Amino acid sequence: MVRGSRHPWLSTAGFYGLAGLFMLPTVFVFYWMITLSLKPQVEAMAYPPSFVRFSVTAAGYREVFTKYPFFLYTWNSLVVAAGCTALGLAVGLPAAYSIARWRQQRLAVVILVARIIPGIAYLIPWYIFFRRLRMVDTYGALILTHLIVGLPIIIWVMISFFEDVPADLEDAALIDGCSYFGAFWRIALPLVKPGVMATAILSFVFSWNNFLFSVILAGRSTRTLPIAVYTMISYEEINWSTLAAAATLITLPVLLVALLAQRHIVSGLTFGAVKQ
Amino acid sequence: MRISSRGLGRWAHRHAQWLFPAPAVLLVAVIIVYPIFYTGWMSLQEWFASSLTAPHFIGLANYRKIAIADARFREAVGRTIYFTIVAVGAETILGLAMALLFNREFWGRGLLRTLAILPMVATPTAIGLVFVMMYHPSLGVANYLLSVVGLSPWRWTYSSQTALYALALVDVWQWTPLIMLIALAGLASLPREPYEAAHLDGASTLRAFWHITLPLLRPALVVAVLFRAIDALKTFDIIFVMTQGGPANASETINILLFNQAFSYFNMGYASSMAVALFAVVMGASLILIKVRRSVTW
Repeated sequence: MVRGSRHPWLSTAGFYGLAGLFMLPTVFVFYWMITLSLKPQVEAMAYPPSFVRFSVTAAGYREVFTKYPFFLYTWNSLVVAAGCTALGLAVGLPAAYSIARWRQQRLAVVILVARIIPGIAYLIPWYIFFRRLRMVDTYGALILTHLIVGLPIIIWVMISFFEDVPADLEDAALIDGCSYFGAFWRIALPLVKPGVMATAILSFVFSWNNFLFSVILAGRSTRTLPIAVYTMISYEEINWSTLAAAATLITLPVLLVALLAQRHIVSGLTFGAVKQ
Repeated sequence: MRISSRGLGRWAHRHAQWLFPAPAVLLVAVIIVYPIFYTGWMSLQEWFASSLTAPHFIGLANYRKIAIADARFREAVGRTIYFTIVAVGAETILGLAMALLFNREFWGRGLLRTLAILPMVATPTAIGLVFVMMYHPSLGVANYLLSVVGLSPWRWTYSSQTALYALALVDVWQWTPLIMLIALAGLASLPREPYEAAHLDGASTLRAFWHITLPLLRPALVVAVLFRAIDALKTFDIIFVMTQGGPANASETINILLFNQAFSYFNMGYASSMAVALFAVVMGASLILIKVRRSVTW
């Protein structure tokens, strides 16, 4: 950090110019998506496109909700992501605690492998099983399968949080007659609350974004938002502002939620490959 | 009653280190381990899920087919690896350049971090949809921007020559920030002494970068690259939503081919053998990752 000021190889103006250039694509795509969703159909498909001056309308958003059962899709996405996160925390937190406390490295590696295996390798057996159990098009199948994305993140990020809890605190509680569960529930868990919040958000985001599992295992009544978008694309004659409105509606909640956990997003994505 | 519950408590206390992870282990076994073995078993069968005939055991015939007879599979493997190299290569160079640029105190650091994570968490299918519209050959904003800087229009995902690159560009847009953030964290943890020594010796900034920064940063970079490579090998959402493997198989990766074999043709046995092959490719990359991680002390 000090280096920059010691070697001012770039003037301030040059720095901000270059910085702007690098960040432009990121900002532009989101800006374009949101403005497109607010344009009337004619202007959305106008060429050359207008970037600043355009008329604003909610028609795209209105069409998303009137032409498609978007409330149902949103509800489905919420139920599945929340269910997957709740279940993931319920089994993942004790597991992470135990890996951190008793150094169960082998278990940690098994969980890591689960993160590495291509999701599609699970999909064939799941499809066969859930069809036999008549569970295709149920929330249960989606919640269970989305756990594959959520659980490894929850466990791996939480291991490092639990490792930071001083063992003395728990030992004192154990000597005072607390059970291991009591020490976990009353001592360790309150101390890692910020971590729990962050991993919950991460798991929610990844379940919300999941496409591969839902495209096969969701049906008419449990279709989630990413699948809804995909089926919208397949219609030939579609209004761009409607598509952009759908994309915005799906992305915006995730972006807002992610901002809350932004400090932990990177360690969650890399399983703390680089400890910060 | 009291005594037995206390006995249970003592039993639970003694076995706490198995009881805590037990629910997770059980779940992992049911949703992960069992399906993996089932996929392995299915890969030795011939079975069309759409027909009424039962699966029948054919040994390694599926593997012989993907290894020797199926040119389409071989091309998909090459394409998958090529896509990964192009996308992750560009992400690494860009991400490293950005990290070097942003490795200083400046007004707006927090904003940069915030902006950087947005593409990574944005829903891939929604992003794919937005890029489909941006890439439209006649109405798309991508070609408009090219025309502004005086370049001739491209056909993006609509031509088999450019489709794979257009898709890699989306991956680069989404994941360069991850490499940048990891590299930034690595840069922040570098020791200061070697630079002071180099400065005294009169070394140029470029030489200091080449001989000090790059070697010291290598562990962090290697981990970042391998993480990205493992995920890039498995890319599905973006490709499936934007091109479904087309035009004319130009963007058909193993994942897409496998998905179509399984869920369009319901050729479950054959698709399973591809899943095992893909698993082997990704697992190879991951083993390197685990090895590298271990050999590096942070």
